[in-house]
Amino acid sequence: MTVDLTVDLCGVRLRSPVLAASGCFGFGRELAGWLDLAQVGAVVTKSVSLEPRRGRPTPRMAETPSGMLNAIGLQNPGVEAFCATDLPFLAGAGASVVASLVGRSAAEFGRLAARLAGEDAVHLLELNLSCPNVEHRGEVFAADPATAAEVVRTVKAAAGQPVLAKLTADVTDLVAVARAVVDAGADGLTLINTLLGMAVDVRRRRPRLAAVTGGLSGPAIRPVAVRCVWQVATALPGVPIVGTGGVATAEDAAELLLVGATAVAVGTASFVNPRAVVEVTTGLERYLIAQGVGSVAELPALFKAER
Amino acid sequence: MTPVREACEVLGYRRAGAYHALTLVAPGIAEAARPGQFVELLAGEDRSFLLRRPFSIHRVERAGAALGAVEVVFDVVGPGTRALALLRPHDLVDALGPLGRPFTPPPAPVRCLLVGGGYGTAALFFLAEELRARRCRVDFAVGAATAGRLFDAMGAKRLGHTLTVTTDDGSAGQRGLVTDPLPALLARLGTGQVYACGPMPMLAAVSQVAAEHGVPCQVAVEELMACGTGVCFSCVVPVTDPEAPDAPARMARSCLEGPVFDGTAVAWAELVAP
Repeated sequence: MTVDLTVDLCGVRLRSPVLAASGCFGFGRELAGWLDLAQVGAVVTKSVSLEPRRGRPTPRMAETPSGMLNAIGLQNPGVEAFCATDLPFLAGAGASVVASLVGRSAAEFGRLAARLAGEDAVHLLELNLSCPNVEHRGEVFAADPATAAEVVRTVKAAAGQPVLAKLTADVTDLVAVARAVVDAGADGLTLINTLLGMAVDVRRRRPRLAAVTGGLSGPAIRPVAVRCVWQVATALPGVPIVGTGGVATAEDAAELLLVGATAVAVGTASFVNPRAVVEVTTGLERYLIAQGVGSVAELPALFKAER
Repeated sequence: MTPVREACEVLGYRRAGAYHALTLVAPGIAEAARPGQFVELLAGEDRSFLLRRPFSIHRVERAGAALGAVEVVFDVVGPGTRALALLRPHDLVDALGPLGRPFTPPPAPVRCLLVGGGYGTAALFFLAEELRARRCRVDFAVGAATAGRLFDAMGAKRLGHTLTVTTDDGSAGQRGLVTDPLPALLARLGTGQVYACGPMPMLAAVSQVAAEHGVPCQVAVEELMACGTGVCFSCVVPVTDPEAPDAPARMARSCLEGPVFDGTAVAWAELVAP
């Protein structure tokens, strides 16, 4: 039995539904010695801003049960360096590319989208509206439906590629935010970002992260991601969703696909196993064969919502 | 050199004073490893702590009669290292390596001073062997909080032409910091190159003393690390560009650009409180 792993994500054909999540795969080059980038569903790049960002001081990372906190602070070389060095490399490696964008205002997001509009190596844009490691809570655009919608509208007026809005589960009503960004023109959604967390070194009586708080990722947050994808997919049927949060195995990916994700992104697992994305992909193929399912796109329809 | 991932059998476990040493059958890693490089280890079935742990390579046995092996030395500081300390021969460890940029040997034989703090000394043994093979005379200066926290002073004595020991409490060697005797040592030994591995404040002080004496200095830093492969951006160290010393320091990933840095390139003031 052969299975069809290809998916259509917002009109873009991807060879597999297993993506490399933003912030966990660098700019692709770092792991190119470990796997074939052309086998990755798509590389979602580390978030790129207009100007280079230096990021936060160290310690930037704290391991927690079944997860980790990070407060990198969006370190990146800026969009011009990204276009000059990273994009040509990714294109040369045959990678499908989702450029993750981050800005401090709707206007900055718009300028980034305009800058990338003519870059053929970029297949989709993902708007990082939900990074918790920002200086002001006001930069977490996805915390508020109207603010998030304004960014999406500005980007859509300038963008040359389909637009995914990456949202946070750290809100009271995620469906309201999702509906607002879809109404504003988002072609799809990425659910979820890290959850804002904090850990304390009790011996030294101080925060474990220099930035005090950070984003929680890893298997610890997977049930939250599954719930969010299920909630939004149910409320907004037909809207493409990239499910992400603690995916480390093919079974984890299948969970998100069954509840309505079009694709999944592997994040923290790539820190432990640089080949995690391709291993989840081959495992998903085996899962589909074992389940007697011919195409990954059929999975959501096979989900039985009633226990 | 592309690093490899190997399922490694534990060849041996031993206590090394206050520390633990684990020897792993790792032919691919052993073949490629250079002094200063590290491995990322994952062991045990409990995935509630999910990340690998990075360790400098202490010693290497190149493939010969037996398969190649590497030895790492570590301190138990949390559940991850506790699990590693429970490993015994024939257990399996998942290893990535060799990772990072190694120490650079001097272009011509010179007298080298190797400065180690705590278990940081372990990484310098591998280096000492390479330097001796390159006909460099090796001196050791090692320090720790107490005599029990020194790493294998006898081993350093065997490998080095001279050995200077310091402890914070005076329980072995001179009382004080390992940097205290450095100015006199550099002058007396005619040191042409300094290498250091240990806690950040020690590396900052060693770099400063070496720079004051006009002696080149390479340091192997230890920063919290999630991946070891360049994708997590946790293990950054602020470095200045020698071409633009007044520009703001750039955050360099110690897993890719380090862990060995030129002592004058690191912006120590950002890392170590004065």
